Amino acid sequence: MLAIIDYDAGNMKSVEKALQALGEEVCVTREPEKILSASGVILPGVGAFGDAMEKLRSYGLVEVIRETVRRRIPFLGICLGLQLLFESSEESPGAEGLGILKGHILRIPEGEGRKVPHIGWNSLTFPYPGRLFEGIEEQSYVYFVHSYYLKAADPEIVKAVTEYGVQIHASVEWENVFACQFHPEKSSQVGLKILQNFIQVTGKVG
Amino acid sequence: MHTKRIIPCLDVKDGRVVKGVNFINLRDAGDPAEVAAAYDREGADEVVFLDITASADARSTQLAWVREVASKVFIPFTVGGGIRSVEDFRVLLREGADKISINSAAIMNPQLITDAARKFGSQCVVVAIDAKRRRSKDVNRKRVMETMGTMGSVGSIDMDARAYGTMDASCSEVGTEISPGECAEEDGWTVYKNGGRIDVGLDAVEWAKEAERLGAGEILLTSMDGDGTKAGYDLELTRAVSSAVSIPVIASGGAGREEHFYEALTEGGAEAALAASLFHYKELEIRQVKRYLRDLGVAVRL
Repeated sequence: MLAIIDYDAGNMKSVEKALQALGEEVCVTREPEKILSASGVILPGVGAFGDAMEKLRSYGLVEVIRETVRRRIPFLGICLGLQLLFESSEESPGAEGLGILKGHILRIPEGEGRKVPHIGWNSLTFPYPGRLFEGIEEQSYVYFVHSYYLKAADPEIVKAVTEYGVQIHASVEWENVFACQFHPEKSSQVGLKILQNFIQVTGKVG
Repeated sequence: MHTKRIIPCLDVKDGRVVKGVNFINLRDAGDPAEVAAAYDREGADEVVFLDITASADARSTQLAWVREVASKVFIPFTVGGGIRSVEDFRVLLREGADKISINSAAIMNPQLITDAARKFGSQCVVVAIDAKRRRSKDVNRKRVMETMGTMGSVGSIDMDARAYGTMDASCSEVGTEISPGECAEEDGWTVYKNGGRIDVGLDAVEWAKEAERLGAGEILLTSMDGDGTKAGYDLELTRAVSSAVSIPVIASGGAGREEHFYEALTEGGAEAALAASLFHYKELEIRQVKRYLRDLGVAVRL
């Protein structure tokens, strides 16, 4: 059973449906026991960094997420769920992120012919091999929707990058913590393969 | 590499896909989820659904097919039509829609753009603009301008949220005799609402800029002159809007051939190009359009 953390963050349905289409049992929950007994935990999210942290805090989920990571339960942050794992974001100055991973979330600079938010399909390259990308070719396209991007402090955790005026750290992996800035659940066959790879990890651990 | 997007648009009525030509003629054509899944397989970058169901009990039908689409389609999809409130946004997003497109509701209540963007993020707020070309040469224009006094030039329209309501009311009082679109000083494009039936006297470029300021994440820009003609997108309109805003513009209305997509995405400056009947009746295949674009150096996902 996979747990999707429910903190009113929108788009949980898409993640749930994609995992179900892959044959997984999924629950959408904010109950600590359910989250901590899941074989894998997913933190989705759209919206603003500060508000999301506020919600996680008010539902008592910050400690639950830390505990999930401590117990090495495979964890997947998606979109804002990736950003929240880091220390801070220019989107919400003063708001503290989960800080499980080192790095900051920055505003994508606008430029000639470059629109912000970064909406659409962009190709991935893999600086280091990552378990989420096994069997996926470089330059595969995935779907992004965001105005802020990750600059991780430790380059070795960065398993996929994309270019959009700046180099965007598109996916990270550290121990059993995984995260994608893009939306695998909206990235057609490539995205489903990435989710399948995450399920694979949960199977091995659980 | 960031790619330009090709988007098929499906009109949905009573939970079934239909096709509108110039917003009027309708033909039943299938199940929204099946059609969208087929488009995913054919390489569509996302899908837009416009729900044209008019009846009041439309909401439950809508939720049912949106839920169905979300369980079968793993590319982004937008739902538009009849969305009026933040609550409408909430239920549709909760059922799995990725973006919500608002048109008349945004004109009547621009605050909805801001409220929805604050609550759910700009990325899911698409403001759809139906625009029709206007000419300054109109014989009656000068008289109209004088008669209408403060309603004069578009440049002077107070972009305060309340002003839209006022504007709307005064335009309808004026009635059919004087079209508010003629209030505008110069050549340009005027915004229509209610599926292209009512001229609201706003300039399309100004309205797009205002929508961006209010929090829209994308502009779905339809040329009413081009819609259904297959004579090509209105490139001037597309260029005017895409260079005036920093958010992505989806060009719509008029696609008939591969080169029209190319023009909209290069000359027109659009981030995405949308078409309906063309794809629906397989006059052109999405992959074929994308290969054409790729061969001309436009980055696409293939």
